[in-house]
Amino acid sequence: MAIVAQSSKYGKLGRTVLAWTVGLLFFFPIFWLVLTSFKTDADAVKPEFLFFFTPTLENYLNMTENYDYWRFATNSVITSVFATIFALAVGIPCAYAMAFNPTRATKDVLMWMLSTKMLPAAAVLYPMTFLTKSIGLFDTHFMVIVVLMLINLPIVIWMLFTYFKEIPKEIIEAGQMDGVNTWGEIKEILIPLAWGGIASTALLCFIFCWNEAYWTVRLTTTEAATLSKLIEGNRAPEGLFFGRLSAVSAAAVGPIIVLGWFCQKQLVQGLTFGAVK
Amino acid sequence: MGRIVLDKVTKNFGDTQVIPPLDLTIEDGEFAVFVGPSGCGKSTLLRLIAGLEDCTSGRVMIDGEDVTEVSPSKRGLAMVFQTYALYPHMTVRKNIAFPMRMAGMSEEEQNTRIAAAAESLNLTDYLDRKPGQLSGGQRQRVAIGRAIVRDPSAFLFDEPLSNLDAALRVGMRLEITEMHARMNTTMIYVTHDQVEAMTMANKIVVLQAGVIEQVGSPLDLYHRPCNKFVAGFIGSPKMNLIEGAEAAKHGATTIGIRPEHVEVSATDGLWQGTVGVAEHLGSDTFIHIHGIDGCDPMTVRTGGNVSFKHGDTIYLTPDATQIHKFDAAGLRID
Repeated sequence: MAIVAQSSKYGKLGRTVLAWTVGLLFFFPIFWLVLTSFKTDADAVKPEFLFFFTPTLENYLNMTENYDYWRFATNSVITSVFATIFALAVGIPCAYAMAFNPTRATKDVLMWMLSTKMLPAAAVLYPMTFLTKSIGLFDTHFMVIVVLMLINLPIVIWMLFTYFKEIPKEIIEAGQMDGVNTWGEIKEILIPLAWGGIASTALLCFIFCWNEAYWTVRLTTTEAATLSKLIEGNRAPEGLFFGRLSAVSAAAVGPIIVLGWFCQKQLVQGLTFGAVK
Repeated sequence: MGRIVLDKVTKNFGDTQVIPPLDLTIEDGEFAVFVGPSGCGKSTLLRLIAGLEDCTSGRVMIDGEDVTEVSPSKRGLAMVFQTYALYPHMTVRKNIAFPMRMAGMSEEEQNTRIAAAAESLNLTDYLDRKPGQLSGGQRQRVAIGRAIVRDPSAFLFDEPLSNLDAALRVGMRLEITEMHARMNTTMIYVTHDQVEAMTMANKIVVLQAGVIEQVGSPLDLYHRPCNKFVAGFIGSPKMNLIEGAEAAKHGATTIGIRPEHVEVSATDGLWQGTVGVAEHLGSDTFIHIHGIDGCDPMTVRTGGNVSFKHGDTIYLTPDATQIHKFDAAGLRID
């Protein structure tokens, strides 16, 4: 009798329960954040109002009226969008060169790029702060865009490299025979073929830029400050105002959650890149 | 025009030399086939001509012009790949139009050429489909169409039929041969299938380990192989190579006899053996015989109606005028 794999009914149930548990565990902080944002600062810390309370929009009104939320949000959009565009503009030619014209050093270059992510950001905090101040770029959009682009470039190049490697080299060579130059190969063949991969890379890069806090908090004050700075600025010396803080945080993560919700497919593809070939 | 000359071309990958210094001339209008076992350097040689690989040393000349340092697109050659290498995001029409668009050709001229190519390749009904919606044979025809419209000085084919099933392969083989007869453009065709080489070429280049073993017409190679390797490689089924006492009788280290040049009998003959397998093809029967000194098994090609079966005793007599003799170095003795 042929041996076939038997799937256990309990195994399937167990996996479903586990998946739901993990899902809920990850969702809970967001749920709690949104819930708390509709409580007053006073209610937020009272155990009796844990789940049942009178909802208020006071924190959101306060945020838009007193803290200039829209300016911070606009800065977040500007810096994240441009950092992503520039990261792709540098990353696509770079990954193209390494995927289709590899040399003996390609592997080392890729590893070196990744190794820059292992550097603790704090190690270069002071040089970066002094440098940006001395050249007059402290608290400018340009500075934030460049920093966000550079810190995400290794992951962008790695992801694009993996996607490009999946494109048969013969197609690029056919292009060379057909008379396209390097830019033509990228524009006419590579980008249309790797569009899905480029989109997921762009999306992830955008999310990383949006959520970045270490540098955006430290290299800005007001002009180029992003939503991370707004959250950080809501820490008051008198203590934490949980209602207000939750509203600001919910308003900061809200756009990115909505974006992520609509682009789930691309995100999953992007996050599992290279896992299935 | 499409006269291609390789002048002392070499190719190294790292420290490994895959093509030792090599000279070869392919005349204008010739159908040259590079044939050899896997890894013999035939595809590398084609890619050197195409410009997709750089020569380590030596020169590639097309119509008298040194193109060694010229980019692939400027050599005036068109290439058809084993994997078709069609642009999957473009329709058949756009795939065929692509090289013309890159060359800045007018849209009117493009359409005229597309229509002509599509008609000659039976692709007219498929022009608006994407490659993913086509069969293997149709895809290969699109790849050929994309090559034709460029009006190249030579076509390069890199094992173009390897991915097709047996029936389609025979059909496409005929189409390409007819295309050559019609266009009379230089074609260089790489294959490991010696049947393709024999049926399509007017010049076969047999390669082994990057070295040209013999260049000649298919029948030249078949009737006068210059060494044991070519003798064994060209012809299907393979030539029987016999060593030892039987070869010594002819003053050679090895003698070769093609399967169709051996007569079989159930009663008498020069050599006696036992039938292993008899493969009945209808028109022919290939009998694989064991027990022949110096050549086990020996293959014999005989008529379709013979009735030998496994274990039968069989007698063989080679045609003495068709015996090929080779010395200890494997070279032909005349």
